Amino acid sequence: MELDLKPLQGILDKHPVESTALISILQDIQLHYKYLPPEALQQTAEALSLPLSKVFSVATFYSSFSLVPKGKNVIRVCMGTACHVRGAGLLLDELVRQLKVKPGETTECGEYTLESVNCVGTCAMAPVVMINEQYYGKMRISKIKRIVKT
Amino acid sequence: MRFSSPGVLETQRTKLQDRAGKVKREILICAGTGCLAGGSADVAQAFRTETRAAGMKVGVRMVIKETGCHGFCEQGPLVILMPEKIFYQQVKPSHVKKIVESTLKNGEVLQKLLYKNPVTGERVETYDLIDFYAKQHRLVLRNIGRIDPEQLDDYLAVGGYRALPKALAMKPEQVIDAVKKSGLRGRGGGGFPTGRKWATCRKVDDQPRYVICNADEGDPGAFMDRSICEGDPHAVLEGMIIGAHAVGANKGYIYVREEYPLARKRLGIAIEQAGEGGLLGQDILGSGFDFTIEINRGGGAFVCGESSALMRSVAGEVGEPRAKYVHSVVKGLYDKPTVLNNVETFACVPYIIDQGAKAFAAVGTRGSSGTKAFSLVGKVKNTGLVEVPMGVSLRDIIFGVGGGIINDRPFKAVQTGGPSGGCLPQSALDLKVDFDTLTEAGSMMGSGGMIVLDDRTCMVDVARYFVNFLVEESCGKCVPCREGLKQLLIILQRICEGKGRLEDLDRIGNLSSVLAQGSLCALGKSAANPVNSTLAYFKNEYEAHITDHTCPGGVCKELITYSINDACTGCTACVKVCAFDAISGKKKARHEIHDDKCTRCGACITVCPDEAIEVH
Repeated sequence: MELDLKPLQGILDKHPVESTALISILQDIQLHYKYLPPEALQQTAEALSLPLSKVFSVATFYSSFSLVPKGKNVIRVCMGTACHVRGAGLLLDELVRQLKVKPGETTECGEYTLESVNCVGTCAMAPVVMINEQYYGKMRISKIKRIVKT
Repeated sequence: MRFSSPGVLETQRTKLQDRAGKVKREILICAGTGCLAGGSADVAQAFRTETRAAGMKVGVRMVIKETGCHGFCEQGPLVILMPEKIFYQQVKPSHVKKIVESTLKNGEVLQKLLYKNPVTGERVETYDLIDFYAKQHRLVLRNIGRIDPEQLDDYLAVGGYRALPKALAMKPEQVIDAVKKSGLRGRGGGGFPTGRKWATCRKVDDQPRYVICNADEGDPGAFMDRSICEGDPHAVLEGMIIGAHAVGANKGYIYVREEYPLARKRLGIAIEQAGEGGLLGQDILGSGFDFTIEINRGGGAFVCGESSALMRSVAGEVGEPRAKYVHSVVKGLYDKPTVLNNVETFACVPYIIDQGAKAFAAVGTRGSSGTKAFSLVGKVKNTGLVEVPMGVSLRDIIFGVGGGIINDRPFKAVQTGGPSGGCLPQSALDLKVDFDTLTEAGSMMGSGGMIVLDDRTCMVDVARYFVNFLVEESCGKCVPCREGLKQLLIILQRICEGKGRLEDLDRIGNLSSVLAQGSLCALGKSAANPVNSTLAYFKNEYEAHITDHTCPGGVCKELITYSINDACTGCTACVKVCAFDAISGKKKARHEIHDDKCTRCGACITVCPDEAIEVH
């Protein structure tokens, strides 16, 4: 599928033409396209007169950026210390089993991306699973079926 | 409205306070991330609908407020009815009608919604009688839970932006002097004296200078800064503006973690409001001082909590730390003098200027003045956000404020200081919590994460957890951290699987000292602390894994088996939940676990109503 580059131009126009804007530009691209398409990285590099390698290094350094498209829904299992001692690892194992993908991967149907995340800062409700922007606290293996339909 | 001078601001404040004084009834509904997840927005909406339906506006001025985090996240959503301070927990929209009818109209307290003291089993009516709150000293968190963080007027009415005109009327050196006298030390974990940092920056003969607020709270198990940004964002801004005046900066940045969307939103609203009010921007309060603040969204890298890495990230680069021959107060952001402080540190500043350095220094200990906010989590009864004076004991926090261990199981350890800290055992419970004491004991106070561990925690697994965390988060710039941690993880993994050797313990010691001496930044230097502290205090657990092939905490899958004991009533709940057909048994007869099929996923334990599943 041909990538619609119009929104990309809008994003580039919105930011100052300075290398300091690189992360903000990539964040906006990620937000719009749900990942960083190679064409977008190329155009960003050209727009900011930066080597592509530099853009690529920033794009791969930060975990909020993805070079592959993410699923419609992103499931994030919190792996913070509080969640860990309250059994977050077992929840992740269960999701891996049910969705048949490893953390960081997307289901074949494109419905779900499974991720583990190092603490979302809602430790009092541990263990926590996030689906998109929604928090699910005090999670149990038995509750997973209720929130994820496979 | 725009406040063109301190006088205009004070007039408005008096007006707001008069108005607040006339309010007969306030309904405070927690809108922190925790309570929102529990549905508190719907509860607030239900209160608006029900009170209107009951015609309650007549004669009584009433305010329904969505506030920042009350801290008692375990019991959310929380509702507090003022002026009686009636504290209702786990409130659902379906409860609201009853609350309006019974409590608001007839003054009857609904026993069912009151908090139950976990020690005595008694219901507690008002929030100041709850141990969790009664044993705290709220200074930084004083406004959180009382004000609507999205309303500037709320902050003004409780005395917000009272310190700012005072500071602007002072010479920068006098402001710095006050901060020095207060004894304020950096709350991010480093504990560097804030006044000294500001003084050094002020003296550097270079322009422009920058002020940065570090809200990249990456330590797992810590959420103090998130709560402050979400619950009292103007306090952070006020602290930053005062800091900027002190060091002579006109531009500031707040670097907020990517995982904290609500904190970013509320800080953004606060910046806009402060700009409209003439508290940020050009000619602040008519003083001639200019200062603007921009929010930077983090990219999800733990290492960016390190100051030099954070500054590179603000500049749009890869967040790798640099060696600090030259301090960032001299050459920081864009190689210009930069003051970087943590959220909580900035939030202390308005209090110090407004109430005086002496008032702040009177709290806490000689070397560590003031209070400290902690996120008390893990296997403790009352989890949440806690603020206590520096120098109270771990026992006071965990067993006093926290109410002890869940299900009264034995306490094993407390993890403090995140991945740079360590685990402290029972014998350390009476240590004073301040910048220096916990460091001497092999951990550190750090930014304030406090994770309580009970007897069903494996200390080798905890060490492995932190090393695994750091392997993922190491920026990869220096070899000891990048490669050393990987090797450390391999060894710990091996021990957890029961394949460890006794000489591994020496190897861990060697690797740790290489990490401590050879790493570039503080994260690498302290990376072995979780391993060293568990090895120092819980060596027996390491040995049990290696020589006896057992896991005393019952955690390491390769070393444990599950079985069902006589408490089993044959309810079949576990049979239904087991995805591996590893449990068999008829209704009302004792069930059995088949070890060859069991994967130790733990699903059965979470559904068993009779605690009949044992881990060996």
